[in-house]
Amino acid sequence: MSQIPPLFKREFLGYFRSPVAYVFLVVFLMASVGCAFFLGGFFRNEIAGLDSYFQFLPWLFIPFISAVGMRLWSEEKRAGTIELLFTLPVTTLEAVLGKFLAAWAFLCLAILLSFPMVLTVAYLGDPDWGVLASSYLGSMLMAGGFLGVCSLTSAFTKNQVVSFVLSVFVCFLLVLLGWSVFTDFLGGYLALPAWLVDVVSNFSFKTHFDAFAKGIIDPKDVMFFLSLAGFCLFLNVLVLDR
Amino acid sequence: MIEVKGLVKDYGALRAVNGVSFTVRRGDVLGFLGPNGAGKSTTMKMITGFLRPTAGSALVNGHDVTAEPVVVKRLVGYLPENAPAYPEMTVGEFLGFIAEIRGFRTVELSRPRIEHVIDLCHLGPVRRQSIETLSKGYKQRVGFAQALLHDPPVLVLDEPTDGLDPNQKHEVRSIIKQMAAEKTVILSTHILEEVEAICTRVIIISRGQVVVDDTLDGLRARHAGARLDEIFRQLTQTDT
Ligand SMILES: Nc1ncnc2c1ncn2[C@@H]1O[C@H](COP(=O)(O)OP(=O)(O)OP(=O)(O)O)[C@@H](O)[C@H]1O
Ligand SMILES: [Mg+2]
Repeated sequence: MSQIPPLFKREFLGYFRSPVAYVFLVVFLMASVGCAFFLGGFFRNEIAGLDSYFQFLPWLFIPFISAVGMRLWSEEKRAGTIELLFTLPVTTLEAVLGKFLAAWAFLCLAILLSFPMVLTVAYLGDPDWGVLASSYLGSMLMAGGFLGVCSLTSAFTKNQVVSFVLSVFVCFLLVLLGWSVFTDFLGGYLALPAWLVDVVSNFSFKTHFDAFAKGIIDPKDVMFFLSLAGFCLFLNVLVLDR
Repeated sequence: MIEVKGLVKDYGALRAVNGVSFTVRRGDVLGFLGPNGAGKSTTMKMITGFLRPTAGSALVNGHDVTAEPVVVKRLVGYLPENAPAYPEMTVGEFLGFIAEIRGFRTVELSRPRIEHVIDLCHLGPVRRQSIETLSKGYKQRVGFAQALLHDPPVLVLDEPTDGLDPNQKHEVRSIIKQMAAEKTVILSTHILEEVEAICTRVIIISRGQVVVDDTLDGLRARHAGARLDEIFRQLTQTDT
């Protein structure tokens, strides 16, 4: 595991050596804050909280985290640097973790850059700090879950477009399963038994994230995101080791 | 010391390497020859632990690459074909990263190694340039510098002089020659003068199989009077 720090450092700084970081951070911020203002009614609903920001994150994460994740392994394969990386004295697990953690740290940075909204809320009203903290924690954990999936899909192909489309599709499914419109459809229109609907929606990012957004930090939800990321990374190692 | 025993690699239905065996000792510079697509690069990728052999084994200083990949990777300096490197990094940043991964974790440790290879490979003028903007020859030199950085006991070089100008070709050859006594070197090439200039032994492979494994003198003695390129053509004719 001692090789993770140099890998992490190279990967994390790599975002800032190319336009990727700047384009991503600016556009993500515009999109997430824009959604909060125009769709979520940040000012209109006169609540001292960031619900209007967090409620759109699961949907926004689908394209944005797929965009970060698609390059993780596809780019190494395309550029041939994977041959360099895997003939350096690192294990596959170290390489997978180093890259994943760097991308995750980058995503956490993107999420935390919304802190001016926190300041605004604190200035205008009296927010529930517990709910804010758990929402941020939940977003970061959810980002880790998404990223695990995207890292895995990008290990399958050297084509970044294929990797992106695959990631978006899988992540979309994982969000959709817990969307109330979809679960209502399952329970009402298809008349599936309630327990089955619960089982299905239990696989969704959204179901587990919604608890955080309400201020509930349930170990089950934390475990969901961590074990999902862990499981994907485990498969990721297997795929690369083939 | 490199010991290769019965290496086989299948890409789907294609058998790219078919039962290659040889041994390279310390002090040897092995020239690895063969027509395009003969399986040279594939064999090197298996020795360095990038590809898993379909069958057979490769040992570096007694360590099996499949069983102890990280140990082998520490011992080997490898220049892959086309010298891949992270395009967005500068030459200095890239060598710094390699130094850290190779265990030179502090500036005091890594600085002298980096300066040494930058001098050796004449990378001074481009050390602050990003790798994607380098010419082919400079990129190749970065790959060579990267392989030498930790002063490895074993060197595996896939077409090390590819794309270099005549001066640099000469330089790289003399660097290899100087280091050869205390290292195990295996290099592939299409330049037969290069083999005559630096290699102590020659292996020619064709269609994934070894057709010649001999010293340079031995090879010449067997084909009295013939030039190396004539011998090469004779032995590998069936491929072209
Ligand atoms: N990733 C791959 N998938 C399928 N076939 C491959 C792959 N890599 C190499 N091959 C095939 O394996 C054979 C050996 O290729 P290799 O690159 O080892 O040849 P080489 O001797 O290095 O040739 P060159 O002199 O052109 O570098 C070739 O027929 C090649 O087409
Ligand atoms: Mg080759």
